[in-house]
Amino acid sequence: MARMVTTRRKAISTAAAWLVGFLIFFPILWMVLASFKTELEAFAIPPSFLFFHWTTENYVTVQERSDYFHHALNSIIIAGGSTLIAMLIAIPAAWSMAFSPTKRTKDILLWMLSTKMMPPVGVLVPIYLIYRNFGLLDTRTGLIFILCLGNLPIVIWMLFTYFKEIPKDILEAARMDGATIGRELIYVLTPMAVPGLASTLLLNLILAWNEAFWTLNLSTLEAAPLTVFIASYSSPEGLFWAKLSAASTLAIAPILVLGWFSQRQLVRGLTFGAVK
Amino acid sequence: MGQIRLQGVQKSFGPVHIIKGADLEITDGSFVVFVGPSGCGKTTLLRLIAGLEDVTGGAILIDGRNVVDVPPAKRGLSMVFQSYALYPHMSVRGNIAFGLKMAGLPKDEINRKVEAAAATLNLTPYLDRKPRELSGGQRQRVAIGRAIVREPKAFLFDEPLSNLDAALRVQMRLEVTRLQKQLGTTAIYVTHDQVEAMTMADKIVVLNGGKIEQYGSPLELYEKPANLFVAGFIGSPKMNFVTGDLAKQQGATTIGVRPEHLKVERDGQGGWHGTVAVAEHLGSDTFLYVDAGPLGMLTARYVGELDLHPGDKVSLIPDPARIHRFDDGGKSIRA
Repeated sequence: MARMVTTRRKAISTAAAWLVGFLIFFPILWMVLASFKTELEAFAIPPSFLFFHWTTENYVTVQERSDYFHHALNSIIIAGGSTLIAMLIAIPAAWSMAFSPTKRTKDILLWMLSTKMMPPVGVLVPIYLIYRNFGLLDTRTGLIFILCLGNLPIVIWMLFTYFKEIPKDILEAARMDGATIGRELIYVLTPMAVPGLASTLLLNLILAWNEAFWTLNLSTLEAAPLTVFIASYSSPEGLFWAKLSAASTLAIAPILVLGWFSQRQLVRGLTFGAVK
Repeated sequence: MGQIRLQGVQKSFGPVHIIKGADLEITDGSFVVFVGPSGCGKTTLLRLIAGLEDVTGGAILIDGRNVVDVPPAKRGLSMVFQSYALYPHMSVRGNIAFGLKMAGLPKDEINRKVEAAAATLNLTPYLDRKPRELSGGQRQRVAIGRAIVREPKAFLFDEPLSNLDAALRVQMRLEVTRLQKQLGTTAIYVTHDQVEAMTMADKIVVLNGGKIEQYGSPLELYEKPANLFVAGFIGSPKMNFVTGDLAKQQGATTIGVRPEHLKVERDGQGGWHGTVAVAEHLGSDTFLYVDAGPLGMLTARYVGELDLHPGDKVSLIPDPARIHRFDDGGKSIRA
């Protein structure tokens, strides 16, 4: 009897999980579907789920009207560049805090996190003016810089928690085994930290890819990443749902693929420390 | 060779003195156990010898050479950690070979040595596995393999068996002792378990509050404890201590009698009277916890089964030759 209950419970919770998963996924699915509809069908009430005239016309229009690859390249450069620089700064920072903490380490970490508590719009005007004066508006450098700074606290926090999980004993064992600091780094520390570094890198890449506030406000065309490309379909001539959907689908496709292939790393990264 | 001598070794962390001047001489090939309650400084002392901590004062001589400024790897010692501290991303082979690789030995020599070490420890079938695929006991053996393969002057063990279950602990205890005798390498072993200390050691160092209380063979410590602390710490169950008039009659402030040196008599005449509070029947032994009124709670051990139960009146007769006497300062009084 006990077994029956367990099986039924399992079935119920599985169904519930699928339902929640579907609810979360539905907007994305709907967007993708809408991107293959005509503008009229995209608005139609009642909406048709699968039985409509499938068309790729929106994608053609979107590519004709604005240069997808230009924006995609910008997205890659900005997200990749800001992530790389953030990692370069965060690794030594997190390293030193994890392995030779001082009395102030906790405070520094909290202070870093506190910078994320303020809504970015609070500093929009000063940042905008600084960018204007330094000629950084609508430049990739400017966007790389601001996204890097914005994500740095999160990157440092994530890496810090990773490094903290590496047992000190293992490093000491390496020292007893005669490894110099350099060899300790190459043979022991880095291989052990790779999963942590990878998931931090991925998460930061996704955050930077999807960041819309600063990219929308600080760029117009030249340096504009895909977020600006999407936004351009919601303003000028009213809303074009089908084209907006097509643009959004194009914009999230690369990161979706990346996320799909790295989901294991991501889950491990986000639940690190919570589940062993 | 692996002769280790400590001369006035001190260690402080800020204002806290962890080791308050330790002098010790460990002869080549001997198995020395550091034992003491938690926080007594035994692990710190081991880490000082290993070079993982710097001394605040004093000298550590290995084969006559002062090594206080020598980095850990150059001291010619190897260490087995409580957590095993295996490299999780390396195979068993990689773990054992790591030290040799760092020393720059040629590949075929490394292989030969690793395989010899693995054979000694029955690890040959597991050489290509990762640590996470091994059981606790196997991991422990890999950690030991990593230590022996470098043919060090001495092994340092930091509570290596405390993560194992009781049965495995007894088995590994035997294996470690046998291996050490077979290799003839000096070993320093830290534990808080006095049974481990008594069974494994050639000599025991009893530490308390950063000071060496006594250094001697297990039986010396058992039979002639230097002070109250050692008397209470070595032996299980603990020695009974009695103060007051009874002690004064013996010319001491405190007298101590081990539970196994109290003869138990039902409704007996002489000795100390009391009532059984708890009786533990193990079959091979019977442990009695006796409420002896003004003398406090006394523990007695009877070899074999003794049919006594809570509430029974007993008398405990101490073996006069086995009464330990201690003065005001807790030091042993020797006749």
